[in-house]
Amino acid sequence: MAVSHTGPEILHERREQRLTLLLLAPALAIVICLLVLPLLWLAWQSIRADGGFTLVNYQRFLTDDIYLISFLQTFRIAIIVTVVTLLLGYPVAYAASMAPRHWSVLILAAVVLPFWTSVLVRAYAWLILLQRRGLVNSALMDMGLIDSPLLLVNNEFGTVLATIHILLPFMVLPLYATMQKIPRELTMAGSSLGGSPVFVFTRVFLPLSMPGVIAGMVLVFVLTLGFYITPELLGGGRTFMVSMLVSRNIEIYHEWGAASSISVVLLLSVFLIFRLSTKLVPFERIMGTR
Amino acid sequence: MTLSRSVLYGFVALVLVWLMIPVVIIVPMSFSDSRFLAFPPPAWSLRWYEAYLGNAAWMQATRVSLIVAVASAVIATVLGTAAAYALNMTSSRLVRNLQVILFLPLVVPIVITAVSIFFVYANVGLLATMTGLILANVMLGLPYVVTAVLVGLRKFDPAQEMVSRSLGMNRFRTFFIVTLPQIRPSVISGTLFAFISALDETVVALFISGGEYQTLTKRMFTALRDEIDPTIAAISSLLTATSFILVMLLSLNARTGGKK
Repeated sequence: MAVSHTGPEILHERREQRLTLLLLAPALAIVICLLVLPLLWLAWQSIRADGGFTLVNYQRFLTDDIYLISFLQTFRIAIIVTVVTLLLGYPVAYAASMAPRHWSVLILAAVVLPFWTSVLVRAYAWLILLQRRGLVNSALMDMGLIDSPLLLVNNEFGTVLATIHILLPFMVLPLYATMQKIPRELTMAGSSLGGSPVFVFTRVFLPLSMPGVIAGMVLVFVLTLGFYITPELLGGGRTFMVSMLVSRNIEIYHEWGAASSISVVLLLSVFLIFRLSTKLVPFERIMGTR
Repeated sequence: MTLSRSVLYGFVALVLVWLMIPVVIIVPMSFSDSRFLAFPPPAWSLRWYEAYLGNAAWMQATRVSLIVAVASAVIATVLGTAAAYALNMTSSRLVRNLQVILFLPLVVPIVITAVSIFFVYANVGLLATMTGLILANVMLGLPYVVTAVLVGLRKFDPAQEMVSRSLGMNRFRTFFIVTLPQIRPSVISGTLFAFISALDETVVALFISGGEYQTLTKRMFTALRDEIDPTIAAISSLLTATSFILVMLLSLNARTGGKK
């Protein structure tokens, strides 16, 4: 009896699995051909030279200053951007989750619209605003606050400011998604049991919003590590982020070995951060599918 | 309590204004009469729009960008919906973990993705071709479609499919007649996300597009490196307007979806 029952079931299950793989195949094939395989090749390339094993591409990190400087600058910028977007984004998400419905729709619209505006366009807008004879400088000079234009762009300041602007929605949206799910009853219970607003916030609301905080911080940090257009346009050659290092090695020097080792280190940093964070928050939550 | 609340809302209002200003400021600049970017512009004119519309190279780049965006959004929608459907239906952990591969294009820094695609295309002769651009943007659009459709499928009751199939409809027809109409808002939002992402994509295009098949964003980027030409302000305004309209459509779409 048992045998005749499991037979067709296993068959059915196999058929289901074949269909699943068939439906997944085209999408997977594209990502595997255009991304996974070349990444593996890149990793392989980074430890090969003249047909043998070599670590020469990684030794550059110790001998060539530009590598270390670029990585340190990139991580420093990523930390600054992550902290500032959290400080700006938390109150915005909090207000959106607490405000009456029509207000929260308005707040979210103001966050989502810039989110879907081209990064290139926003970098260009900051260029217009911050340049020597740009809007900010001329406004400050008209008000008599400064005598000569401030150096606001073509440096790290301009890059960081525009990066914060571009990535703020990536902080607000996961924060809002988490806060929205926090039951109001919990904070109300806290208050009715005599907790002060500060106490209720720090002991009840803040801990419950932590998954959103982590998701937002991870997203912003990782995205900043890979930023390219913004430092290229606003950095003025003084901001040399890792992405630019990769692109220079390919486009100008045709140095695949160097580009591959930098890519591997950058990618491993990104994967490591995701790996560590998924111990705290599920991957689907960070990516917003749940 | 009310004081702290008004401080909070005041702060939030400032952040939101700061968020919107750079997006909005380009529009008046694009209608300026002057070569130099001043605010408010000394006189109004349409000269930068005329410069854009009258330039064959800009027009060709616009055509390339639009074709790439439409084609890749459509293909990504079909492949992404199929993939999301499979991921949602499977009970195998192993298959579900394949999801991570589909999200790679969002996770890998864009320059590294660009270098990877550049390497593949250089070997198979897809550099500076329309096919190459479309394929690359299909890949970049997939995560958006998969995410959106998965969200839709989670709200869908799979028992309905079982009913339909027990009544004799095959899997394929069941999907199109029973499932698809109910997850349509999610599929549409996935398509629009993929479209906007392809229209705005810059870094991969810098590496793989060229010659006749340069995208609008690549031309803008190279023009910006040289000088600040107000023609870019006109194009930027048009791009931003396109995004705004699509986001409006998205929220309308979400609203009608919510009513069902």
